[in-house]
Amino acid sequence: MRIIQFLVRKEFLQIFRNKGMLPIIFIMPVIQLVVLANAANFEIENLKLFFIDKDQSTLSRLLRSKMDGSNYFLLSGFGLSSQDGATALDRNQADLVIEIPSGFEKKLVRENTQKIQLVVNAIDGTKGALANFYALEVISQFNQEIRQDFQAINKVGVSPFNRLQVEYSHWFNPDLNYKTFMVPGILVLLVTMIGAFLSAMNIVREKEIGTIEQLNVTPIKKYQFITGKLLPFLILGLVELTIGFIIAKVVFDIPFVGSIFLIYGFAVIYLTLVLGLGLFISTFTETQQQAMFITWFFLVIFILMGGLFTAIENMPLWAQRITLFNPVRYFIEVVRMVMLKGSGLMDIKWHALIVFLYAVGVNGLAIYRYRKTV
Amino acid sequence: MMSTLAVTVDNLIKNYGSQNALKGVSLEVNQGELFGIIGPDGAGKTTLIRILATLLLPDAGQAEVLGMEVEGHYRQIRNRMGYMPGRFSLYQDLTVLENLQLFASIYQTTLEENYHLIKDIYQPLEPFKNRKAGNLSGGMKQKLALSCAMIHEPEILFLDEPTTGVDPVSRNEFWEMLIKLKARGITVLVSTPYMDEADLCDRVALVQEGQILSVDTPVAIISRFPSKLFAIKSTDKYQLIKDLQAYPSTASVFAFGEYLHYTDKRAHSSERAPEQALEQELHQYLQDRGHRDIHIKSIEPTIEDCFMAFMQKEHKWSAP
Repeated sequence: MRIIQFLVRKEFLQIFRNKGMLPIIFIMPVIQLVVLANAANFEIENLKLFFIDKDQSTLSRLLRSKMDGSNYFLLSGFGLSSQDGATALDRNQADLVIEIPSGFEKKLVRENTQKIQLVVNAIDGTKGALANFYALEVISQFNQEIRQDFQAINKVGVSPFNRLQVEYSHWFNPDLNYKTFMVPGILVLLVTMIGAFLSAMNIVREKEIGTIEQLNVTPIKKYQFITGKLLPFLILGLVELTIGFIIAKVVFDIPFVGSIFLIYGFAVIYLTLVLGLGLFISTFTETQQQAMFITWFFLVIFILMGGLFTAIENMPLWAQRITLFNPVRYFIEVVRMVMLKGSGLMDIKWHALIVFLYAVGVNGLAIYRYRKTV
Repeated sequence: MMSTLAVTVDNLIKNYGSQNALKGVSLEVNQGELFGIIGPDGAGKTTLIRILATLLLPDAGQAEVLGMEVEGHYRQIRNRMGYMPGRFSLYQDLTVLENLQLFASIYQTTLEENYHLIKDIYQPLEPFKNRKAGNLSGGMKQKLALSCAMIHEPEILFLDEPTTGVDPVSRNEFWEMLIKLKARGITVLVSTPYMDEADLCDRVALVQEGQILSVDTPVAIISRFPSKLFAIKSTDKYQLIKDLQAYPSTASVFAFGEYLHYTDKRAHSSERAPEQALEQELHQYLQDRGHRDIHIKSIEPTIEDCFMAFMQKEHKWSAP
């Protein structure tokens, strides 16, 4: 026990003495969290709208001002012929073209039905889909309103109750605030990076400069060495997580519904896994450069397939299966579930069990591979 | 008195791929002995020491340290030995004191408790105890490394080229420390590429290309030198070598600083050939070849001469 205590003390001495590493460990993640959370926003505003009004009636103008008045669209131009719309799309001056046919108002009043054309620039699929979705929302709202007006004018006695309207309510994130959604995920990535990189690099560095040889001839036991290496980074990872939570609360005002201790408990298992991965990488690399590249390779896959940047449900089935092996996925899910939804231990028991088994497996492999005889 | 053996090595073989680092090395080191492993770079010194220090497993053969098989008892051995690798391997970003405390605690002891063991070595370092190990001079680094290797009162020390790259004054100091350690009964096994350090050892093993050429006391090795040795000097050293190599009764000629060391086929030490006559004949030959300022003197061989002689014998033997 005393040996481990001294080894941990030694690691902390080295970490705090390393003037180059200290800012990387404590300041970089803060900057990353603040920058990424603000940058990674899937909400799209100010879509360029090109409006073709062949009708030039009161109703068509009403629709135009409704579109223009919504936050989503910015009227980038208007024209009178379909050709104008096509040109605007070609020149990338429009994300969406709405075409109102001539006789729009007349037909709508007389026949109670009318069609308008939406042309969406779908070069960026997400943007295109959103433009389409937003436009439909505005148009259906417009539809509701004019119908109410008609009824009021015509007094046709249609009961207002036979009109059904679907309303959405987003649970756990009522405003669909992307920061609420992103910040817990980014936090997980930062903790993962710190854990995996620091542990892999640290041991390989000892190999590189030869200090491991002096340790290897001592009667130090495997478990003592490994605990002495993993414990400091486990502590650092938790400190990192705490800093992240404080920023999430203070800067982004992210709701914290569930138990913070549950997250810390899960974080300990998760960090053990990540640190074990670093340890494992360090057992078959000789230089910090090699360790860096291999760690990067794993992390890029973990991060991009973690469900933060692409929803796992949107991936092809084979890719979804791969994410079952991705620890980042589990931690992101758990943090979101506990923070935003207030999930309890029973809700995350499978996540915890999988990550726990994973941690045992990776660390077991790493300990097996770590040879004291160099 | 029968002295017990601290190290027994029997027919040790170690290969790195197709490279044969050790080709069947056997030797014995007595307890309390200052034993030198002498040989040029690449001779296999480091490999041998790393096997004994339980850092490397041999491919074949036996190695015992303090009566224990290296492979099976590495943990017990590690508790009772000290090891100083060839490259400075302490934490450069920790201070002198922190390094010592770390290694003391790893061996379940404290600096205060075992201060007396390293007092002689550590005292000159003490004023710098709060300096980072990386900022020490080469000589001080070696003292710190030796202190760390001694902190747990080992019975045997393995030192891999401790004086390589250290200034001559620090080298002498370091050897004085080793001799003091030996006086305390600690077995010291030290490797070095410097032949002149052999004289300071009780016994030495001369190694070359993974093989032991000879194991004996320095005096005995020198006494077995097969022939009379002459130191020869003239104005044109390069021409002198060429002319001596062409001389019919030359056994060997090597450059040794400003002199050439020359042995004569006719002058085996056992025969007690007339030295004067040989010298005169040689002088005449060189003069005829146009050399000026010729100095020829009969000298006592050093370990390095012996090493050269062994190497030459080895080569002749393995030539066909």
